[in-house]
Amino acid sequence: MSALLEVRDLKVAYGGIQALKGVSLDVAPGELVALIGSNGAGKTTALKALAGLLHPAAGKVHYAGKLLNDCAAHRRVRGGLALVPEGRGVFARLTVEENLLMGAYTRNDRAGTGVDLERMYTLFPRLAERRTQLAGTLSGGEQQMVAMARALMSRPKLLMLDEPSMGLAPMMVAKIFETIRDISAQGVSILLVEQNAKLALEAAQRGYVLESGLITLSDNAANLLGSDEVRRAYLGG
Amino acid sequence: MRNVPDSLLRHDKRHAWIAFAALAIMLLALPFATDALLGRGWVRIVDFALLYIMLALGLNIVVGYAGLLDLGYIAFFAVGAYCYALLGSPQFGLHWPFWIVLPLGALLACVFGVLLGAPTLKLRGDYLAIVTLGFGEIIRIFLNNLNAPVNITNGPQGISMIDPVRIGGFSLGSTHELFGLTFPSVHLYYYLFLCVTLLVIFVSLRLEDSRIGRAWMAIREDEVAAEAMGINTRNIKLLAFAMGATFGGAAGGLFAGFQGFISPESFGLTESVMIVCMVVLGGMGNIRGVVLGGVLLVLLPEALRHGAGPAQHALFGKTLIDPESLRMLLFGLALIVVMLVRPAGLWPSTQRRRELSPDEDVVHQEQDTVYDSSK
Repeated sequence: MSALLEVRDLKVAYGGIQALKGVSLDVAPGELVALIGSNGAGKTTALKALAGLLHPAAGKVHYAGKLLNDCAAHRRVRGGLALVPEGRGVFARLTVEENLLMGAYTRNDRAGTGVDLERMYTLFPRLAERRTQLAGTLSGGEQQMVAMARALMSRPKLLMLDEPSMGLAPMMVAKIFETIRDISAQGVSILLVEQNAKLALEAAQRGYVLESGLITLSDNAANLLGSDEVRRAYLGG
Repeated sequence: MRNVPDSLLRHDKRHAWIAFAALAIMLLALPFATDALLGRGWVRIVDFALLYIMLALGLNIVVGYAGLLDLGYIAFFAVGAYCYALLGSPQFGLHWPFWIVLPLGALLACVFGVLLGAPTLKLRGDYLAIVTLGFGEIIRIFLNNLNAPVNITNGPQGISMIDPVRIGGFSLGSTHELFGLTFPSVHLYYYLFLCVTLLVIFVSLRLEDSRIGRAWMAIREDEVAAEAMGINTRNIKLLAFAMGATFGGAAGGLFAGFQGFISPESFGLTESVMIVCMVVLGGMGNIRGVVLGGVLLVLLPEALRHGAGPAQHALFGKTLIDPESLRMLLFGLALIVVMLVRPAGLWPSTQRRRELSPDEDVVHQEQDTVYDSSK
């Protein structure tokens, strides 16, 4: 099996409401895959289920060849599956550095953690300047950097990003996407959930379109970007 | 810090040592000083202050670090106290030694902590507060009613003639002559409580700067994100409850041995609220603040009790309002004023103070960021 992440017919329900009605997708090692769709399509639900924060009603999730269904969220992180949650979820009253160290919570190698910390400060020089500052006092873009750096501190094989562009200034969005490309270039597989379809598809190699809980389109990113349906629905004609 | 010259650092170190020595001497001499300056009753009040500091530090783990509002914390104090009382009093004729009974009480409280924690894992904020409040009342009511059909706790009459703390052949319940000085029982308990309080402070400090401590704070800040970091939130939350309860239970055992008498009345909701007040008033999550909160909340009502009468005499020539009823009024007023003037507590951690003060810098930062990225 070549895919790092293999999702088959994933169904999630909140009470009686079906949020995901059978989603199947793959992420190959080193690939950057975009999952796009409008508000309420079930994108965040999908990521939460993959991270183990929600329990699917049906379907199978294979990660690195192993069935993940009954694996608790904190064990998935150990296996290299990291989520940057929607709305960033930084620990507001901890410093930037403490936030990053929390990302390395599952790791036991102090030396390696220290090296990675410096690596994050090189990747995000902005955070190096702010390392003793409380994460809650940072700007939105800086908080997104903290959230991404924190997730990378767990040395993930697969990074799942939930709406990294949400609520950020255009300049900041460009910078964040630049970093996403950098991370991808270093060999980390990425599953990117975005409302900003154009940006996401420009960065990704492949893409899936999610509509009310179902995957309606899947193709390589360039084709999706050129397709009429995506243009009409998500790119404004 | 790295650029500070070496000589200055040494200088600083020496200052710290002098301050440390001065504090140690002050703490050692405190019971004699209060006897000489304030009167006989004050050592006992200081003893209680130390017990409350232990409790407040225990609750600080649950409320301050892990952010789980527990309004029934006094229940663990009660469990520890009753464990000590039942195993070291004529109630069952058992007179087990202190060094077995006290850890046993702490352990039992720990078990109760997990018992409370397990069903409330999914609850947060208000809902958790309600359940913990109920738990505290359940324990108290149980203790109140466990005198029939089989008399275990002696009901509302409580348990009396509890064995004093005895270390080896040395009983803390009687007066001793040591080094040419007379140490009454309250003085001896003061030194014991001081040692235990220092131990609790030490453990709290170590916890604060540990992997577990940081995991607690992460859960307090954002539970979902904490879980996404690979923290086993269930176990770590249970650990917070268990740890806090253990401290409470140990304090309870000491309380029983010190008092010689306990009854369910000592473990009411007001006590729980008082401890929460200490944590919040002093500065949640900051050990120095919590200690300060504990000291103030025990001493302030006592000072008002002793000071309100004479102050009225000096001002009006007679007692207008009974000092006993005035004291809680003034105390409540003081709490409100503190919360208005210092919302983060009297001695918050530097970080929290920064967070609560309006920070105009953030706007500039955002603009900087935009300009930076345009370069």
